[in-house]
Amino acid sequence: MYQFMCFSRWKACASLASFLIVASLGIPGTGAAQTTTVEKLSGKLVITGASTLAPLIGEIGKRFESLYPKARVDVQTGGSSRGVADVLQGLADIGMVSRAMKDEEKDLHAFPVARDGVGIILHKENCVQALTDEQVVAIYTGKIANWKDVGGKDAPITVVTKAEGRSTLEVFLHYLKLKNTDVKAQVVIGDNEQGVKTVAGNRHAIGYVSIGTAEYDTSQGVPIKLLSVGGVAASTETVKNGTFPISRPLHIVTRTPPVGLTKAFIEYAQSKAVHDIIKQQYFVPLVD
Amino acid sequence: MTSLSSNTLSRWSTDELLCWSLRGIATIAGAIVILIVVFLIVEALSALQHVGLLRFFTDPSWHPAEGLYNLTPMLWGTLFAMTGSVLIATPLGILSAVFCHYYAPLILARPYRRLIELLAGIPSVVYGFWGLVVMVPLIAEIQPPGPSLLAGILILTIMILPTIALMADASLANVPQQYLRGAAALGLPRWATIRGVVFPAAKSGLFTGVILETGRAIGETMAILMVSGNVVQTPSSVFAPIRTLTANIALEMAYALGDHRAALFVSGLVLMAMIVALVVSAGWISRERMYG
Repeated sequence: MYQFMCFSRWKACASLASFLIVASLGIPGTGAAQTTTVEKLSGKLVITGASTLAPLIGEIGKRFESLYPKARVDVQTGGSSRGVADVLQGLADIGMVSRAMKDEEKDLHAFPVARDGVGIILHKENCVQALTDEQVVAIYTGKIANWKDVGGKDAPITVVTKAEGRSTLEVFLHYLKLKNTDVKAQVVIGDNEQGVKTVAGNRHAIGYVSIGTAEYDTSQGVPIKLLSVGGVAASTETVKNGTFPISRPLHIVTRTPPVGLTKAFIEYAQSKAVHDIIKQQYFVPLVD
Repeated sequence: MTSLSSNTLSRWSTDELLCWSLRGIATIAGAIVILIVVFLIVEALSALQHVGLLRFFTDPSWHPAEGLYNLTPMLWGTLFAMTGSVLIATPLGILSAVFCHYYAPLILARPYRRLIELLAGIPSVVYGFWGLVVMVPLIAEIQPPGPSLLAGILILTIMILPTIALMADASLANVPQQYLRGAAALGLPRWATIRGVVFPAAKSGLFTGVILETGRAIGETMAILMVSGNVVQTPSSVFAPIRTLTANIALEMAYALGDHRAALFVSGLVLMAMIVALVVSAGWISRERMYG
């Protein structure tokens, strides 16, 4: 048996190696076609700030680098405040701010790139149609533990929340004015998809995920439903026009009016060409 | 080794070359482990300085954003999930190997063994996904919420079962044929042979299997993250959700900054300490009982 295993492992190694050779031979061929675009833009862009935005800006940066091979985009995280501070001190070319701009930051040049919206989801078969903010707070703090107290069936509520540090959690708690220590949950999840699967697999669960994910999964027939909040339906449409309350704008900021490479990057980040990346990261693009 | 160095054929004989390259490879393997530990310590250092080791066990809860860093519930979570799964998987795995070797007809034994090997090759995220969409809803029917210590134990059991089953299979195959013939000549029934002759002869291999499966149970991340609920609490029953140390790192690392990030490296250090404890105790037990 061991001999058999050794043999198959060698075979796997060999096929992996040959795959790598083929793959590495393939790359230069595809790369050469893209170097025809403008080459005068070169240099390094340092972008720091909100960890919410970092993966998005990082992906946009990668695509930007492939368009302008001489440009380098360096993305670092450290929170929205660091983004603002670094731009003011000239340590970074662009700052990432995952909230509305404050009054004292009005002298910075802010460019919205996307919006972040968080929707509350229930299982499709749950007969509860709407919850007030007070009820959601009571459910998440453990004061209401049974669906019958909010007009549903007699069943214990499974509260699904997100792991510490996730931006979705931040937005949700900020809207409900809760601290994470107040939340009494039965399930803690990592990413949005795991949240959708958990709620879809449990008829008595309540959770919250990025609206983009929930909308996509609903359209794919996953048995979940989005609750409206404050009378506003939860959809990418209401997030886009700013009426949905559990949402926030995502900005990139500069100290001076952007020129050259910085300007090119900001224009690219606001363009339609990156909408697929924005949707991939479960944010909502702004322009149509 | 001394006889090798007195080889007079040439200055760089094949043996010497092999010896030095083996030394080099062994050094690299050892250095990697040491480098990882050093890296963990360096990354964890800022938390250890700001927070102090003691607070990782005495703080009221794990809320790193608010400066609370208690790891104890997750330590218990890891230990309970590991113990439960090892307790179920070990007898199952050993008995499956016994079945395969001494009871199953050949026509059944071969495909059965292949099946176990296949089980060993399935990626953990697939187990996790299956657990999340099939097993967790089933448990939720019995006792909500569903994602629980029980789900974690069951998924870990399925994942470590092939490790112990294959190790047990290999060590049973290594039991000398004379022992079996001797037992047969004495007229011992099959089960008495297995219990009195095969198990004692194969126990060091079986023991190694248990150590390997325990290591895998401690280290498993993705599947347990998906099925065990990840609530930081010491579980009060098997239906209560738990978070393991590995799941904690995987859940929070991507978004952690500063002391929070360093605290996750402390979880990594605690995990390393558990593995070291496991290996050391394994070495101690096997020296005392197996070969002594």
